[in-house]
Amino acid sequence: MSKKTKLTASIGDQTLRLLTLLMAISVLVLMFWMGWQMFQSAGPSIDKFGFGFITGRVWDPVKEQFGALPFIYGTLMTSLLALLIATPIGLGVAIFLNEMAVTKVRMVVAFLVEMLAAIPSVVYGLWGIFILAPWLRETIQPALAKWFGFLPLFQGTPLGFGMLAGGLILAIMILPTIAAISGEVMAAVPNEQREAALALGATKWEMIRIAVLPYAKSGILGGIMLGLGRALGETMAVTMLIGNRPDILPSLFAPAYSMAAVIANEFTEATYDLYLSALVEIGLILFGITLILNVFARLLVWSVARGPKGGIS
Amino acid sequence: MNDRLRKYRNTMMMGIFIVATLIALIPLFGVLGYVVINGISALDLDFFMNLPKAMGVSGGGMANAIVGTLIMVLIASLIGMPVGILAAIYLTEYDRTSWLSIAVRFATDVLTGIPSIIVGIVIYTAVVLRMGHFSALAGGLALSIIMIPLIIRSTEEMLKLVSQSIREAGYALGISKRIIILRIILPTAAKGIITGAMLAVARVSGETAPLLFTALGNQYWARSLNEPIAALPVQIYQYATSPYAEWHQLAWAGSLVLILMVVILNLIARFAFRSRSN
Repeated sequence: MSKKTKLTASIGDQTLRLLTLLMAISVLVLMFWMGWQMFQSAGPSIDKFGFGFITGRVWDPVKEQFGALPFIYGTLMTSLLALLIATPIGLGVAIFLNEMAVTKVRMVVAFLVEMLAAIPSVVYGLWGIFILAPWLRETIQPALAKWFGFLPLFQGTPLGFGMLAGGLILAIMILPTIAAISGEVMAAVPNEQREAALALGATKWEMIRIAVLPYAKSGILGGIMLGLGRALGETMAVTMLIGNRPDILPSLFAPAYSMAAVIANEFTEATYDLYLSALVEIGLILFGITLILNVFARLLVWSVARGPKGGIS
Repeated sequence: MNDRLRKYRNTMMMGIFIVATLIALIPLFGVLGYVVINGISALDLDFFMNLPKAMGVSGGGMANAIVGTLIMVLIASLIGMPVGILAAIYLTEYDRTSWLSIAVRFATDVLTGIPSIIVGIVIYTAVVLRMGHFSALAGGLALSIIMIPLIIRSTEEMLKLVSQSIREAGYALGISKRIIILRIILPTAAKGIITGAMLAVARVSGETAPLLFTALGNQYWARSLNEPIAALPVQIYQYATSPYAEWHQLAWAGSLVLILMVVILNLIARFAFRSRSN
């Protein structure tokens, strides 16, 4: 190679290296910029309401009063309900796929579960409005009220729309996340663990209970947290089903409001700066919560997936 | 513990896991079934060719929304794919272990995890407010932010699969790093990268929340990228929550189109990937 071609080659090399470096850094910048941008826009609301924003129960744009508690409550209730339903089912799916199903069945079922995750949120919302909510109103809620009506959770008029509908649709939407991550960490459990348990005469269930689940425990917890993160920030389906009323009521039948839903509904209607700023602050809280959840969840999943701590490998 | 009890318990638990899997699949078939049944009756040539009619009038279509979605997904891809693929190249080919790579991977995870409506807020305050109007550009930009981390993750995974010996063979021949990356590694991983890109496209074409206050929606054709523009998911949302039966019909038909797009992209991606790994 002559000196000249060597030089151009090294210039080309440097250009590509710098270009990729720039793009990598831009991702980092993007994350900080988004946080900063929201913090800026939320400023007026943070200055005016301080910590009281989180504990305030009144949301009245006309009187310039902004308290986010009803939205935090609605978000937490629906998300917890979703976790309660989706965790056992998602774990069941993960165990079925990883420990029971033969390859062909596993491939088909895994694809179907992936499809469940691929259906757009707004389609779940549409289905929820016209199929799920009427079904809840006419069949499920009267039955729940009849058998468990003594609990405050299941009292009140069956409307269909409300926290129950929101929680159910979220359960469907986060189930694939929980199943996929749990499956991933179960697959990372070394086969020696399973073989050892089986060699000692364990049944399959005992093998799963003794050798697989304890090993995958923290990874599964991570999967559940990622599911929770998804539930907290899910917007469209919840907006279409939760009933959109900023009340704090104990009954799951009651309409409520979620943080993402109030942003979706009122953002373009925010007529003055403080109003907009309050909505951005709700978004900022959501951003913070999901960020922390994600960091913890990734650490947990990573601690399992990277393999055993010392010893067997 | 007696053996029969243990075996009985084992059978019971296995049964529970199978039932859980069946329960998990009910909503999938429930949603797909209703969307197909309700959507197919409103899905005709008009749907693809015409603008929406006035409220309460039957007929009309979502041509503008379909085109709007395609335009914004295209904008998002034009930004998201180069940024994502180049960043992934940096993470695998230039620097796998430094603090910078770890920080970038962390940022990628954070961006994957944040709710998509947050992206809408940021683009609204940073772009829409500054420009003074909603636009296709703002919508496409919002979608690109959702796309970038997805592309980085999938591309990185595919580049890692390229065997180290291929890289070493390149170095041994004295080929420059740029040529090794552009001519050897990228073509080897191309199928996987395209698969990931298609899945990312499928994912963003169904996004509604980030478009609500960036693209806004439009009942008519947008004449430029600087105007509010319709998008299929946004239109579905607006129609589903409207009180008109005719619009509900269109919402179902729109959902059918959206789901077909997503499922077909997923199937092609799967098929392409499988033929590679076998």
